[in-house]
Amino acid sequence: MELLKLFIKSMLVDNVVLVQYLAICPFIGMTSETGKATGMGIATTFVIILAAAVTWPLYTYVMVPLHLEFLQTLIFILVIAALVQLVEFYLKKCVPGLYSAMGIYLTLITTNCAVLGVTINCISKNYNYGQSLVYAAGTALGFAMSLVIMSGVRKRVAVAPIPKAFKGTPILFITASLLSLAFIGFKGLIK
Amino acid sequence: MSNKFKTFTNGLLKENPLLILNIGLCSSLGITTNMFNGLGMGLGMMFVLIMSELFISLLRKQIPDSIRLPVFIIIIAAFTTIVQLVLQAYVPSLYDALGVFLPLIVVNCIIMGRVEAYASHNGVGDSVLDAIGMGLGYTWVLLVISFIREFFGGGTLLAGTAYKIEIIPEAYRIGILNSAPGGFLVFGCLMAATGSIRRAKEAKAQARAKEAKEMEAAK
Repeated sequence: MELLKLFIKSMLVDNVVLVQYLAICPFIGMTSETGKATGMGIATTFVIILAAAVTWPLYTYVMVPLHLEFLQTLIFILVIAALVQLVEFYLKKCVPGLYSAMGIYLTLITTNCAVLGVTINCISKNYNYGQSLVYAAGTALGFAMSLVIMSGVRKRVAVAPIPKAFKGTPILFITASLLSLAFIGFKGLIK
Repeated sequence: MSNKFKTFTNGLLKENPLLILNIGLCSSLGITTNMFNGLGMGLGMMFVLIMSELFISLLRKQIPDSIRLPVFIIIIAAFTTIVQLVLQAYVPSLYDALGVFLPLIVVNCIIMGRVEAYASHNGVGDSVLDAIGMGLGYTWVLLVISFIREFFGGGTLLAGTAYKIEIIPEAYRIGILNSAPGGFLVFGCLMAATGSIRRAKEAKAQARAKEAKEMEAAK
């Protein structure tokens, strides 16, 4: 029950893009088509969960006993970069069909702040391993969901009569602001 | 001289990382609820940017091309860690307020972008100038956003320091600006404003050029 609460909280109430302001670059850059947004969302979901699954034991069982906590940022980003590379190699060799669909997104994910943000949050919020995985899954799905929603809204925005000054990227931020306002409505879900 | 000056001012307006290039947005929206945080983040970012561009420009001939990105990441992460540790030791309130956005300087696209596009091809002096320009360009936008959000949203100035002044009484504050949707809203409006100013300037310059041409033709 606690875990379900955490899942809903990280997915809806504390949505990673619209409430926590992480990973705005892909949110603005990759949502011009729904297909693209879905691909990016799935690829990122996979990497976020994998990164949390690897960095938590690494931190708890290797870095803490060796008193290397101060190297957290450096080690985590290297682990994430290496993980993304490994996933890329694996997909290229074993599942070429999936690679051709997801490959282009994977390289972009290393510098996605949501991935590093989730791994750091898992540690700083003192989650145990199970909680970390649930938190990562919730955050990742929240990210994918907000990307898909945004890509749908953008189709309508493209044909809407917009004031000249707001054409292009500025209107996307106003749209994001309204979406974020909607997500605040989820606050009552969890006490 | 004018060339160096151009390198410096490039980041302030013409290629402003936030308003024009649209990179490094996360931190600029996440922490700008008051000006103290905005300034702290701006200075921290500027330090990492300057040091990374300096070191990478110095090492640009030694770093093998095929592994340059991991090397860049390590250098940037090292300076980010320095900023983290210094803030934790001397300004713990700022360290807590910036939270997860402080380590996230590592993955800020502005640093990676400038290092890859500029410092790895240019000399030390130019790289440092570029870093200072970009850093100031980032900081001033942060200060403007956080001023709007703090003043109209929180009704205070200089919150987070010992000199906090309350200006707008609580009933008249626009609380939404200080919460999540406000960041997007303020940034969108700021972008629209700078975009229109830029377009108006360009149109004026074009009109002037046309006029000059006509004058010449008349002669």
